[in-house]
Amino acid sequence: MTKPRTLYDKLWDSHVVAELPGGASLLYIDRQILHEVSSPQAFVAMREAGRQLRRPETHLAVADHAVPTRARKDEIADPLARSQVAELEANVSEFGIPYATLNGPEQGIVHVIGPETGFTLPGTTIVCGDSHTTTNGAFGALAFGIGASEQGTVMAAQVLPQTRARTMKVEVVGQLGRGVDAKDVALALIAKIGAHGAVGHAVEYTGSAVSAMSMAQRMTLCNMTIEAGSRIGLVAPDVTTFAFIKGRRLAPVGPMWERAVESWRTLPTDEGAVYDKVVTLDLDDMAPQVSWGTSPNQTLPIGAAVPNPADIADPIERRETEKALAYMGLEPGQNLADITIDQVFIGSCTNGRIEDLRSAAAIAQGRKVAQGVKAIVVPGSAATRAQAETEGLDRVFLDAGIEWRFAGCSMCVAMNDDRLAAGQRCASTSNRNFEGQQGPGGRTHLVSPAMAAAAAVTGHLVDARNLA
Amino acid sequence: MPAQPFTAVSGRAAAMREDKIDTDIIFPARFLLITAKAGLGDYAFHDRRFASDGSKIEGYVLNDPRFANAPVIIAGANFGSGSSREQAVWALLGLGVRTIISSSFGEIFQSNCMRNGIVPIVLPEGQVAALMDLAQARAIFSVDLERQELGAEGHAPISFSIPPERRLALLNGWDETDQIVNQYSGEIEAFEIRQRQSQPWLYTGSLQREHRRRPSGQLQEGL
Repeated sequence: MTKPRTLYDKLWDSHVVAELPGGASLLYIDRQILHEVSSPQAFVAMREAGRQLRRPETHLAVADHAVPTRARKDEIADPLARSQVAELEANVSEFGIPYATLNGPEQGIVHVIGPETGFTLPGTTIVCGDSHTTTNGAFGALAFGIGASEQGTVMAAQVLPQTRARTMKVEVVGQLGRGVDAKDVALALIAKIGAHGAVGHAVEYTGSAVSAMSMAQRMTLCNMTIEAGSRIGLVAPDVTTFAFIKGRRLAPVGPMWERAVESWRTLPTDEGAVYDKVVTLDLDDMAPQVSWGTSPNQTLPIGAAVPNPADIADPIERRETEKALAYMGLEPGQNLADITIDQVFIGSCTNGRIEDLRSAAAIAQGRKVAQGVKAIVVPGSAATRAQAETEGLDRVFLDAGIEWRFAGCSMCVAMNDDRLAAGQRCASTSNRNFEGQQGPGGRTHLVSPAMAAAAAVTGHLVDARNLA
Repeated sequence: MPAQPFTAVSGRAAAMREDKIDTDIIFPARFLLITAKAGLGDYAFHDRRFASDGSKIEGYVLNDPRFANAPVIIAGANFGSGSSREQAVWALLGLGVRTIISSSFGEIFQSNCMRNGIVPIVLPEGQVAALMDLAQARAIFSVDLERQELGAEGHAPISFSIPPERRLALLNGWDETDQIVNQYSGEIEAFEIRQRQSQPWLYTGSLQREHRRRPSGQLQEGL
């Protein structure tokens, strides 16, 4: 028998079209999902070269990044956003690409609707013009973000040159405690290995704690992998994965379903396969996490205090800490749980799924948003929004004084009118806390949905477990 | 669309002694609503170059007339990390940047650079620091992609390496999609034939239907 292989090895090997000089490979790309902000120039290139898509049926397009979330009228108010969506619609029509219409039942954030529709399948390669494409790795798919030029190559030829990554196993041991979820695990990992701890590696998450996770939690974990410097985050497909996919609109059916599952069962890493690097993450005693700085690795448990630069020996780390504290308007040694917030954002491709909304609603139930705080919940898709409404979650949020919005990327990237004013502080379930991420001068604290809801009802960062 | 062939670059280098300069610093998200590719130079490093009232920020390297149109940037680790936005590269092109030197790059950004005629050079941290010193002393840098050699006044020539196919595409101004379609159509076809056998569900059912446009010209939802 051949050498034992990891999940990443199997996904890579099964997609090599040709070896390229210098060690790169030409990989077949099974699926591409497109959105309005990163695709325009890809279509311009197609048009200028007079090309057609090789396999338009393997594509899916949607408007998510710049769309308004307050209302879904027929016309978008902002002229630039309106024009960008119009350009996407003209492009998908011209090139024959399946499109989830803005007011239709399948609209939503790219990495929410891919899984929801059954577009995302194990054993496939998936690309999108967005760095959080790693989310789809939760299904045992090789999924990564690409630029506009590469989107054009995939449209025309269904392939991309790629360099094989080294492999990193993240062994998650122990059990998730009450009130601690996948978002906390992801943040704790990035705090442990650093914002470029996984550069050059494809990360696979393993361990019984990961097997016990739902698909939504696995997606949160894989979504955040790019923040550790890797654009591949993987979880091996298993019965949880198959149960999630079965019956979805684009999932295989009948005998094809049986054949597909049989094939997917061969994907998990072989016994004895060797990874280039192994990192262990212990869940025992893990508390909910909060980012305090301007990089996702600047994260601590909620009970901790903001670092004091004077205590940091390494001069580079000290300078980075000073800079982050200054931007974030924090004092060295300040308790995280004392930090008051102005806004709360619950949503994004990281935490915009029905489970995330349930988690937030459980905290918001019977409580009210604190004085002076503005909180919004932005479901990750129209389908999630509809599901939440059948469960009455919208009522829970509205009764608490939390705004209930339509689906889109919203305050994660602040390209629409959902953004922070300079100096405002936000507890956010998104994935990046860079300077200006949610608006120039905006201050972002990354947290889980339960922690965000807890911050909304108390007016400050707080241990959500004390409210549950 | 073929890019301009990468010809030898010579000029000053702007040193940015900062790690993790992400693509949002290079190209703030609020400008992503602009769909054009050309003319984005004004937005490069926008919030570092300009204060909120539009005035130039004193002391920022790109506002220093001695470095304003430098074709080379030398930056701290993890340059171009974060979002995949290719606008970051187009904006740098608009500024006249043709080469970036760092100890590491955001992967997506690094690929986007090569697709657009900017050469990303990876060198060890110590060497990058030394080159930054030279840059600040206004040394002239030169980049010879043909010989894969970086020159700096006051320093011995440094070898660098770019993946061979990318290097050829850069030197000739070839469009990578053209390259691939022209050279690998046979292999792509052969792969699809094999994959139809091993993973037939990726080629059947709804994937067999062609996208149809309604007679009225309206978009058809989903597949």
